[in-house]
Amino acid sequence: MQLSSNSGLAHRATLLDLAPGEEATLLELDLPDEVAHRLMILGFVPGSTVAYARSAPGGDPRVYRVDGADVALRGETARQIRLNRQM
Amino acid sequence: MSDCHAGPAALASTSVTGITSSAHKTIALVGPPNAGKTTLFNRLTGLRQKVANYPGVTVEYHAGRIHSPGGRVVDLIDLPGIYSLDPRSEDERVTRDLLRGEMAGVPRPDAVLLILDVTSLSRHLVVAAPVLALGLPTLVVLNMADDLRGRGGELKTEDLSQRLGVPVVLASAAKGEGLEPIFEFVDGTLAVPRPPESPFPILQTLPPVLNDVPQCRAWAARVSQGAWKAPQPSLWSRRLDALFLHPLAGPLVFALTLVAVFQAIFTGAAPLMDGVEGIIAGFGKWVAATLPQSAWRNLLTEGIIGGVGSVLVFLPQILLLFLFIGILEDSGYLARAALIADRTMVRFGLQGKSFIPLLSAYACAVPAIMATRTIEDKRDRIATILIAPFMTCSARLQVYALVIAAFIPERPVLGPLLGTRAAAMIGLYVLGFVAALLTARVLKSSILRSDGTPFLIELPSYRWPTLRSLGLRLYDRALVFLKRAGTIILAVSVGLWIIAHLPLTDGKPPQIRDSVAGAIGRTVEPLIQPLGFNWKIGIGLITSLAAREVIVGTLGTIYGIESEGEDTQGLGKALQKDLTPGGAVALLVFFAFAMQCMSTVAVVKRETGGWKWPAVQFGYMTGLAYVCAFAANRIVTAWLG
Repeated sequence: MQLSSNSGLAHRATLLDLAPGEEATLLELDLPDEVAHRLMILGFVPGSTVAYARSAPGGDPRVYRVDGADVALRGETARQIRLNRQM
Repeated sequence: MSDCHAGPAALASTSVTGITSSAHKTIALVGPPNAGKTTLFNRLTGLRQKVANYPGVTVEYHAGRIHSPGGRVVDLIDLPGIYSLDPRSEDERVTRDLLRGEMAGVPRPDAVLLILDVTSLSRHLVVAAPVLALGLPTLVVLNMADDLRGRGGELKTEDLSQRLGVPVVLASAAKGEGLEPIFEFVDGTLAVPRPPESPFPILQTLPPVLNDVPQCRAWAARVSQGAWKAPQPSLWSRRLDALFLHPLAGPLVFALTLVAVFQAIFTGAAPLMDGVEGIIAGFGKWVAATLPQSAWRNLLTEGIIGGVGSVLVFLPQILLLFLFIGILEDSGYLARAALIADRTMVRFGLQGKSFIPLLSAYACAVPAIMATRTIEDKRDRIATILIAPFMTCSARLQVYALVIAAFIPERPVLGPLLGTRAAAMIGLYVLGFVAALLTARVLKSSILRSDGTPFLIELPSYRWPTLRSLGLRLYDRALVFLKRAGTIILAVSVGLWIIAHLPLTDGKPPQIRDSVAGAIGRTVEPLIQPLGFNWKIGIGLITSLAAREVIVGTLGTIYGIESEGEDTQGLGKALQKDLTPGGAVALLVFFAFAMQCMSTVAVVKRETGGWKWPAVQFGYMTGLAYVCAFAANRIVTAWLG
């Protein structure tokens, strides 16, 4: 939620905003090419539906369900994945 | 492996696919991680396999033989698991070069077995696009057919095969179902599904940019549409995750698993180890009684049976450890354990990708250090290489087991669940792990500082480990263990026995204390006396520079010579006379930290491209071992007073 950003995307929700069990459509990955590539191969492609399944004990990393697979990533990565949904 | 003249062009016009010539051919097994590649490889080749290295690169591969019912014999090579043919990691580069025939010294494979997980087809097809575009004769094996059925998914094999333009088979490598077409492919009798006027010629429907993931995904969706129905998510996996990743139950299960494994390694292996010890002792007595008195007989009983035999005793324990590692890995629990451990790893500046190499370092640091090549960040990779030898490898297990059993009486700590010996063993595993983490912390906040790459891990569905795959793992490990016992430990035992009998005076060997070996031990004695070690331990420390467990064989040989064919007491009992409790703890601490393993030094040199890092690592680990062993000896001696 960088208020200083001048793109309209600043107010978009990210994966971190999803409640357990909630799902949303993925909009874009604001991550270095290398990481974005790996995430896309695992199913995090813009337009796909992602659901927040649960977190590991202690709250991080978090398990997301995408394309029938469970993938775990840290909060710092989830924060950079924007959803097609306003806050 | 040398003949590779029948290129793919020669096959394009034939009506069957697979291997067409009767000459000796090679098939490459390609697929993404977690698709069941290794299971299929083991299924097809059984025990006819070997591990090898490509010339000039560090990537290891398994090669095996398939004997088809049609009488064909082909080589199957198991390539590293890949998500794409983009050369982003060394694994991917090797796979791409090999499949294109661009790897020097390795002929291009004649055909490809592409294995994909049919329950994740929409993702795994992304790998298919660049592999099919290579134009090699390809058979697509859609694995985990049983899982697909069980979870209500469907696949129309014919439709998918038509669209891909290559034969497709639905199989279950774990259950051994649907493998017949693979043998037909090997025999060259598998029919090509595609008439020349196919409405979906593969090369025209492939996405234009093969490394663009969204395009590949769109292509995969088109190809699988109507032919594939995604399975329901595995309810069992969700239920188990609710337990294993539960905020309270999760860490508890994690800790209990650890405790149970170590307790089982001690108590479960004990009768087996006693059995092996009994057999070896009986064999030694039989040899002593049967052969006439001679130096050769003594070399055999004291040097070889005493040295190699003391190490062989630990085979049941090692196999039990690998059985548990195999169950945890094959069931899918290990990925969850990585998740639970991640928070701790972050605090020490390590990334998730370091976790898997560190876990495999519990078996052996050598494959662990080779596994670090999946880490793209160079600094992260070096940090992981430097700390991997701190993880308690299976060679240390033998030394720990010997010293703990000799010096720590077995008493219950947590009722019948955990005894003092297993607790001590867990303590040593934790000690190595803590040393690794603290070292990482220091490295990552100084000379190897970098922004970590994020932790990403796919959680596979839980599966029952199959007896077959566990059996193969144990067979593999047993072979490695026996090979070491038969080469390095045998050589050191024989060499040591000889220098322990020199110099001869009037044709008679000296007391071991006055022998060449004894002199060497007594030379280093002043250096190691502050740690509570005498010259016999000193000889063991020197020989164990080759490999840690050699000390067990060395002490076996030394005590074998000392007892001179009299009733050999257990190695543990003999050790009690030579070590104080303080010295015993110091010995454990020394082995927890010191880098006594030539194979590890060699692999670090190869992977880091020079002597700098292995020299730093050896100096640091040995220094740390010395200082901590010294402190341990002082503290325990003062405490016992």
